[in-house]
This record gives sequence, C-alpha cells and structure tokens, in this order.
Amino acid sequence: MSDTPTDPSGQAISLTLNGTPRQLQVQPWTTLLDLLREQLDLTGTKKGCDHGQCGACTVLRNGRRVNACLTLAIMCDGDQLTTIEGVADGDSLHPLQQAFIEHDAFQCGYCTPGQICSALGMANEGRVRSRDDIKEAMSGNLCRCGAYSNILDAVEATLPLIHGGPRP
Amino acid sequence: MNTLKPVSGQPMDRVDGPAKVTGQARYAAEYPTTDLLHGSVVSSTIARGRVRHIDCEAALRLPGVVAVLHHQNRPKLAGEDEQYEDADSADGSPFRPLYNDRVLYSGQPLALVVADNLELARHAGTLVRIEYETDAHQTDLLAGQAHPAPAELPKPRGDFQQAYDAAKIRVDATYSTPIEHHNPMEPHASTVIYHPGGNLEVHDKTQGTQNCRDYLHSVFGLPKEKLRVFAAYVGGAFGSGLRPQYQLPLAVMAALQLQRSVRVTLTRQQMFTFGYRPRTVQQLRLAADAQGKLQAIHHAATGQTSRFEDFTEHVVEWSGMLYQCDNVALDYRLVPLDVYTPLDMRAPGAALGLIGLECAMDELAVELGMDPVELRRHNFAESNGNEGKPYSSKALLDCYSQGAERFGWAARNPQPRSMREGHELIGWGMAGGVWEAMQMKASARARLDAHGQLVVSSATTDIGTGTYTVMTQIAADAMGMAPGEVTFLLGDSALPTAPLQGGSFTVSSVGSAVRQACEVLRGKLLMAARSCYPELAGHPAEDMVISEGELHAGRRRYPLGEILPRSGLEAKVVCEPDARRDGYATATHSAVFVEVRVDEELGTVRLGRVVSAIAAGRVINPKMARSQILGGVVWGVSMALHEETLIDHELGRYMNHNLAEYHIPVQADFADIDVLFVDEPDEIVNALGSKGVGEIGIVGVPAAVANAVYHATGKRMREFPLTIDRVLG
Amino acid sequence: MTPFQYSKPTSIDAALALTGPQARFIAGGTNLLDLMKENLDQPEHLIDITGLPLDQVSQTEAGGLLIGALVSNADLAWHPLVEQSYPLLSQAILAGASPQLRNMASTGGNLLQRTRCYYFYDASTPCNKREPGSGCPARDGLNRIHAILGASGSCVAVHPSDMCVALAALEARVHVQGKAGVRQIDFADFHRLPGDSPQRDNQLAYDELITAIELPAPQFSQHSHYLKVRDRESYAFALISVAAALELDGDNIVSARLALGGVAHKPWRNPAVEQMLQGRAASSESFAAAADMLLADAKPLAHNAFKIKLAHAAIVRAFTEAAATGVA
Repeated sequence: MSDTPTDPSGQAISLTLNGTPRQLQVQPWTTLLDLLREQLDLTGTKKGCDHGQCGACTVLRNGRRVNACLTLAIMCDGDQLTTIEGVADGDSLHPLQQAFIEHDAFQCGYCTPGQICSALGMANEGRVRSRDDIKEAMSGNLCRCGAYSNILDAVEATLPLIHGGPRP
Repeated sequence: MNTLKPVSGQPMDRVDGPAKVTGQARYAAEYPTTDLLHGSVVSSTIARGRVRHIDCEAALRLPGVVAVLHHQNRPKLAGEDEQYEDADSADGSPFRPLYNDRVLYSGQPLALVVADNLELARHAGTLVRIEYETDAHQTDLLAGQAHPAPAELPKPRGDFQQAYDAAKIRVDATYSTPIEHHNPMEPHASTVIYHPGGNLEVHDKTQGTQNCRDYLHSVFGLPKEKLRVFAAYVGGAFGSGLRPQYQLPLAVMAALQLQRSVRVTLTRQQMFTFGYRPRTVQQLRLAADAQGKLQAIHHAATGQTSRFEDFTEHVVEWSGMLYQCDNVALDYRLVPLDVYTPLDMRAPGAALGLIGLECAMDELAVELGMDPVELRRHNFAESNGNEGKPYSSKALLDCYSQGAERFGWAARNPQPRSMREGHELIGWGMAGGVWEAMQMKASARARLDAHGQLVVSSATTDIGTGTYTVMTQIAADAMGMAPGEVTFLLGDSALPTAPLQGGSFTVSSVGSAVRQACEVLRGKLLMAARSCYPELAGHPAEDMVISEGELHAGRRRYPLGEILPRSGLEAKVVCEPDARRDGYATATHSAVFVEVRVDEELGTVRLGRVVSAIAAGRVINPKMARSQILGGVVWGVSMALHEETLIDHELGRYMNHNLAEYHIPVQADFADIDVLFVDEPDEIVNALGSKGVGEIGIVGVPAAVANAVYHATGKRMREFPLTIDRVLG
Repeated sequence: MTPFQYSKPTSIDAALALTGPQARFIAGGTNLLDLMKENLDQPEHLIDITGLPLDQVSQTEAGGLLIGALVSNADLAWHPLVEQSYPLLSQAILAGASPQLRNMASTGGNLLQRTRCYYFYDASTPCNKREPGSGCPARDGLNRIHAILGASGSCVAVHPSDMCVALAALEARVHVQGKAGVRQIDFADFHRLPGDSPQRDNQLAYDELITAIELPAPQFSQHSHYLKVRDRESYAFALISVAAALELDGDNIVSARLALGGVAHKPWRNPAVEQMLQGRAASSESFAAAADMLLADAKPLAHNAFKIKLAHAAIVRAFTEAAATGVA
C-alpha cells in the first residue's frame, strides 16, 4: 500500500511512455494531461476543455483510448502510454496520419492528435463495422472547424490497414 | 520549354500537415521556457457592481504563489479609451482589464493569481475571496432599451411602406437568434517570455499579431521594438482572436510586474467571458407582386451590446443587395446590457441577417405558391442595390442551377409533410447566401537565396484556413518555382504588415501582396540574370523557371550563385486594392440545399444531406477551399439546430459554459456534404481572381435547414436553434 | 484541484479502513475529478480502489450476473454475457458519454454520477444540493433539462446516468461493503429523491464501498430497448431516456419493465405501471396507457413541459421497438 508523500516533489511512478520507460515524480493531483504538457513538454496532447467534454486530450493507456484530463498521473503507475508523439515510426508517418493529411481531415489542427489517438483506440476495440459505426465511435472527439466528413473519410480509408481493424 | 505546372488551382496537401498530425505544431500555451510562471484568472460572479474588497491572503500564503494582481496593485495602464482600441474595436470605451473596481459583467476578470505551476495557480485562484457591492443588472435583450446602432446603413430607397401596403402578397415575420460563443478548440492563451532588458516575446492566440503588439504598445506604453508577438499555429478562432483578449494584457501585466516569464491560459468556462455572437430579434417584411417580383423589403434587426461599447455588424445590409428590389428600408438597433461586448464571429452579421431574409423568402415562396429557387432566380440582382454598383461577378444563378441539379431538387413536392420514411418526416429546403469579397492593404516580402530557396513572409496568421499552403502556392507560381522550394512565414509581428486574418479577405489581400512581391523579385532576378548573361536578353521570360538553385532557360541552366548577390535577392511590396474595384460591388454567393429528417414524436431533427454550391471566384486550393465550406456547413447546421448560450437573467450569468451543455455537433450528427464550386471568372476583384471562402460556407445554411424543417413538418419555427423542445412545442 | 492525500490499498478492508467523511474512493475518476476541478467536491483524501479485486464478471447460482464494481463501462457493455442476455444494459451503456469515458468509467462509479444541473455545476450560484439551504435557482431559472417527476421545493435536478436506467429496469441489486459489514440494496432504493436533503444522492454511507452489481437471471433478453433522446446524436446527456423490457407470449405481455432517465432525481420506475401491462396485448394502446399512468403525476417547470410529451412518445416508441426486437 502506498501512502501520500509528504515529499513536496511528489511521488515516484514508473511508466512506459511512447515505448520508453520513464521514472517520474508526480503530485497526486496532477492529471496525466498536465504531466504530459507541463512537465514533459509533450504538448501534442491538447487541452480543449479539461473536463472530458471534447476529446482533444485523448491518449492510449494500455492500448485503450482515454481522456488524459480526467486521469490522475499517479494512477498510471506501471502503465503503457502512447501519445501523438509516439504514433509515427520515426520520420515515417503512421498511415492514419498520412490519411489525415491526404483527406484534409483537420484545419486548425488542435483536435487532431486526439482524433488520431481516438481512431487508433477505436481500431484496437475492433467493434466498428460500418461508416455509421465509425461516426458513433468517433463522437467523443469534437472538431470545431467542422472537418468531420474528412476525418470520417481518413479513418474509414485507413481502418483496414491498422492492426486490430474491423472484424469481418 | 521549361514550364512548371501551376500549383494554384491544385488540391495541394497542407504544408503544415505533418506538424499538425504528429503533435509538433505548437500553439500559444505550448512554448516552454525556464522558470515560467502560470497565471490563473479569478472571474466575477456578479453581473454589475463594485469590488469592495479582494482578500488574497489565503492564496498568497501557499508556498509557490508569487503574486495576486488586481486593480489595486497592477502595473500602470493607459488612461485613455483610444489607447485600448484595436483594429477590430467597436464604438465606445474598450474593456480595461483590472483597471478599477467596477464590475461590468459576470465572468469579468478581477484578479490574476501567479504561481510556480499551473495546478497551484488554479488552486490558489479558488482561495481568493472577493466582496462585492452589487447593483441591479439587466441582461435580457427583450427587456432593455434599444437605440439606433452607430452603423452606416444604406439609405432607404423607394418607398417601402407604400409599396408594401399596395402589394398583393406579403410576409411579416419575426425571427430570433441566440447568443453563441466561438469556442475554438484551443482555449485562449498567452505565453509571455521575458527576455533580459525587458524585451517581451509573446506567443498569443490571435488572428493578428500586429494588432496585439500595437495594443500592448499603447496600453503599457512599451516601445514596439521591445515587443514581438507570435502566432505560429492557432487552434481555431472564428473571430475570437480578432481583438486582443484579456489573457494577453493579464499575462503581460504579470511579466512586467515580476520581470518573469508568464503564461495565462483561460479555462473553457472562461471562454464564455469575452466576445460572442449577439442575440438578435429580426423582423422581416417582404412584399411581392403575383408573379413573385419583390416589391418591398424591410429588415429591422435588434441586437445586444455591452454598456461600454456599441458593437455593430452587417446584419441587415444583405437584404438590400441580394435581390433586385426598388423599395427597401433597413433598420438596426442595439440594446446595451450588463454583458461583455459582442465580437465578430464567423460571417458576422451575415450569418444572422441571412436567417431572417432567407427564411422570409421561403415564407414568401409559400405565400406565392412558387418554387423557392424560382423565386430567387426571378429576383436576381445584377447590381448591388445598396451601392448602385454592378457586381464584378455573380455566378449565383449557376449556384442555383448546379446546386439544384446535384441535389435533385426538381423532384421536390412543394407540399409540406409530403415525404415520410418510418418515423421520420423528410423535408427539403434551400437558401441563398452572400458575403462581401473584400480586399485590404497588405504587404509581403520575398527573398531568394543563392541556393534557390524562396522565403516569403507576411504578418498574417493561419487559423486553420490554409494560409501557409495557399501562400506557398501563390508564391511558387508567381516566382516560377516548385512549392517544395518555397517557405512561407507568418504569425510574427516583425514580418511585413498584414491585416487581421478574417472576413475571408486573407487570400485577396495577403495573397495579392505575395504574388506582387514574387513578381517583383522575379523581375529583379531576370534583370540580374540578363546583365550576367547577355544571351538571356532575348529569351522569353515565361520560359524561365527556378529549380534546384539554378535558373533554367530553355536547355541552359545558370547557377543562382552566379546571378544573385551573396546576400540573396529581396523584394518587398505594399499592395493596395486595385482602383478598378471602385466601380464594382464584389461578393461571394452560395445556394445551399438541405435534407432533414424530423421525428415529430420525439422532436429530433437529423441532417439528411447537404449540397452547397459556391461562387467565390477562382479557387487557389480546391481541397482546402472545400474544407472551409464543409466547416461552414457544420457551423450553419450547428446554428440551426444546436448552439445557444443560455443566460440566467436573474443572475445575469451564462449557465451552460462548458462543452457538455453548450452543444456543438459531433461526428454522428453529420451526413454527406457535397460542395461544388461554380466557375466564376473575375478580372476585377484582384489579380488572383480569388474572393475568399472562409464565411460564405455558413451564411445560407441555417435558413436552408429551417426551411427544410418547415417542408418536412409544415410548421414554421422562427426561434433559433430548432431544438427538440421547440419542435415539440 | 485542492491538494489531497492519495492512497492505493490492495484489499477491501484496507480501503474501508481509510474511509472518512472527507475521503472519496476513486476508480475511473471521470466524474469525481471533473467535480474536483470545479471545486464542487474537495476531498482531503482519495482512496484509489483500482488495485482491489473487483474487476470480474461472473455468473451467479441464481443464473444472473455478478458484475465487479471496477468493471469498466466499455467492458461491461461488450461482455458476451451482457450482450446476449442483457442487451438492454449494453445499449444503455453505449448510449452514454463517449468511448473514451466508457473505457475509464467503472460500474460502481456510474451509480455515483452527480447531476448535470447548470447551477449545481457553477459554484458561484446558490444550490441546495451543493450548499444545503442556499436555494435552488433552477426552479425558476433555466430548467429545460430538469425534473418532471419526484422533484421537491429544494431541488429539481435529474440523475444523469444511462446505465442506471437499465439497471433499474432490470431490478439489479447493489452489493455494498462497509466497516459494519456487507449489505445489498435494491436498485429502486439505492438512489434517493431530493426531498429536503438533496445533497444526498443515494443511500450509501461514506464508509461504504460498492463492490458489485448483481443482475437477476435474464428475463428480457428477447425484447428490450433503450431509447435516448438528446440534443445531439451522441455525446450528450439525455433529455429523456427510456429502458423498456418485455417478456412476451405471442402478442401478450407476460411481464414488463419500464424505467425513465432524465425525468427525476433517480431512474424513475413505477411497478404499478408494469403490473398494469401484464396480460395485455403488446400494442401501442397498451404502451400509451402505460405512459399515461407513469406520467400522471408529472409536473412541468417553466421550460420543460415538452418533456412530458416527449417522455410519452418515447415510452411508446421504446416499448414498440422492444416488442419488435428478436422478431425476424
């Protein structure tokens, strides 16, 4: 059993972030989103609402898509995390990232990392079978620029290429 | 022949795409710096009154809290209204953050808590206790006193009243539209990096870095040389970044006071504490003869504003210009309330006014028993009646016909309630749209180095519209280069002067400057080349291109290193709208066709499909222009069905200030949107022939949706948005 | 957020030992952290229960299901036994929140969601639920989304869960463990009506932990429907939701269940309505009679009268769909 640190520098956690093991000190009240953005300078994960109402902060936690804004960093001890910074393979874009560019699936780009991580999580879930399914399954990610139909096209086009894509 | 295929007109991918899909694009709150302090804004909880006392003790007692700034301890601020004005100011006295003890609206920033980290700043902010002296407030448009808006409305023409009274067919209808907030996905933020000597490097969420620089210059009395404002990436704005928002002066205040770097990011709730699209009530009176010729138009709008500024926008003007009519009267009034000043929001004015006009036109079509497309075609205006000038181009008739054909409009049974599938009534509606094609003075610099890299720059921004990409295309073509060798720089107040990014005028204004700068530079290059290599003198200029560090002329190649001075070659231009425009009215147009599915028992309205036909001159990048229209359609549907900021008038406070209860559409709300651009050559509007597409996508959409709902149900709803309770009511 | 202590016990007893009036259990955190960020809840101590062995779904001897309190909403909705035998529950869960939130939110936590009343969520306004005795501005203010049934003078808020509406219809039981021992609470009794103490949403004591939800043996796997009506197609709270379940013999109703969301401080159910339907034909007349009876006591506020009409239509629609499901 772990107890609250009196240590002002926080409590030690270890996790795997974009494939790299990390040892970190966090305060109990620091969210995963603030840990990424403020402490680790991984600003690709966006803060749109900070209340689980927009999806811009979507990351993959142990392969599942979650809202980083409503996740306490301290509760991620031992977890595998993937953020948008870990989606490409070095300089080579993930097919979904490529598809987002080709289909012009973003304008301002602020919701984009969350959309991409969400689509990857959706693929891992393996539940969508149709375009309408994708629409529902991608509804946890708001896009104020209104790029929805291009996002849908990009995701639909790429889904068969992603491991864990739709089941027959 | 050495010809490069022009890239203008091609659907080039966004040049900033890789940065955006990998999370590498940094927005205003994402610039790291050592020893950065974080500011958290404490907002007022009352709508009107005075601050009696601010108790900061509990906040200051927390280790790591550095300061709490408020009206009594802030640094010196300018004292005159003019010093707070900016390039998009409204008439009146601009809001002054932390200026004095007056509370002008609920949500007003009253203090800034500055601390070592974000969580601490937020927590400390909740410990600041403010005592108020409360005054009675009024936030209800319907309860306030209206006065004429200080807007230069077109003079009445003809005699509206007489023509209206004499006409056979009349419509008199009143529509209301709610308050809406921009809510870009990125909350407003400013990172102020304090450099030794007091130079400020500011990363701000803005649609105008120079507007913000000039504002800081006059509000804080700082020399412009000490201020540099950047906005490399902007996470949506839609007008919210047209004026400097209060997080900017607050962050600068703290940086100056503490001589430290400071970041202030607004919460989503605080995104509801500055500008917005104002609530309006609009009365439309239309009269026509039996053949459907418009005889009289009266459009009277009342909008809300703050008590400190009169915010005006073009709500009613469109009713005097979209159709041919000899008897037109326009009226626009404002009601000052205890709220913040409204702010331009995507297609400001037009998105509202076209709801009134185009819904009323639909009602008129019903009265006449005439097809709504036919009615509009019948009243087509060759010239802008407000100005008495012909349009430089107006392919609206093509929008009607091509849009109708793509939609299958000919199969429409005009009878409401004539289509049903299962539980759903299906309706088809349409509306027209119009937006000005403006051009502003803008400047640009183009610089070619000896390696053949072209860098073009202008202090505009890219709020998601595609400016980086379009300017790259324009520059590449004007210079005779491939886009891969062109870099466009923007979002930096130190770059050549550019207007605010808004109003759909960036391509026409900055694009024209970019084109000119590159043309001048190319001229300089060819002159230098010809003086180095006399054999080039007779070689046709069109046949010369620049590639891989060489000038190609026919089969021969000349290294740029031999032609250019070591420092490279540069051209800078200031580009003004061409005088040819003066004799013409310039505008973009649209025809929008919408299918809705209404479940009358459950009150739900679902989008079936949309066809949006656009006339916007020459399109530079069809892929991104289409995206702008798609976004506009989403916005229009959202205005029609979803968006409404709810205000509790007892408390004088917005209550659905979050993205769970302020509804914007989600992926599942959307169906197929078909965008088509009709051919619209225009030699007058500017050398690019381009009119801009940022706003035209939205304007006709809300009315088209509402007209479709009427066609589905036979019920005319005039209060927007058309939510479930209203459909059932 | 106000700073707090954090503990992660590995046994239920250890978790219970840490409880106190200022302590909260945290699992998914989707609502608790949301509230804490707005200072609507300021616990001094968070007890992370994600290390407890409460993440299994198992079959009971009675032929029902025992769902561990830590099973995520997504896992529960997609559990093969739930999809097969309790499709109403799957449907209801999938109608709620977003895929991300369903991955995070726990079964136990879903029961403890607090209302989405605008005033409750804005700490600068009075609210009897947040600050007992401070007043209820919703009663005469913005109340389009508020209660039409079971409200009191002090509170007109509604319970926001979708899952709970299905659990109410399915007559789930809530397994609870406290320092004093274990107990089971009928779902109908778990959530409270506001009365004059709207600050209390449910019957749970602060030192009690939800350990599991038990479902009785499946009775309605053939004919059920969850209908949610909301302001947009997805990712919005219900204006009205209906969990309708039927056991049919041909066209005749053997038994029926009906629960409503978005209408009251708790999932709304009236067993008398369900009894009335027994033996009747599964027809729109019967369903309309059920709706009439259920809504007979509905009282509208200034802006939510539409909910009565909407609820009526939604009940009829949901039962009609339920009767039609499983019919080839």
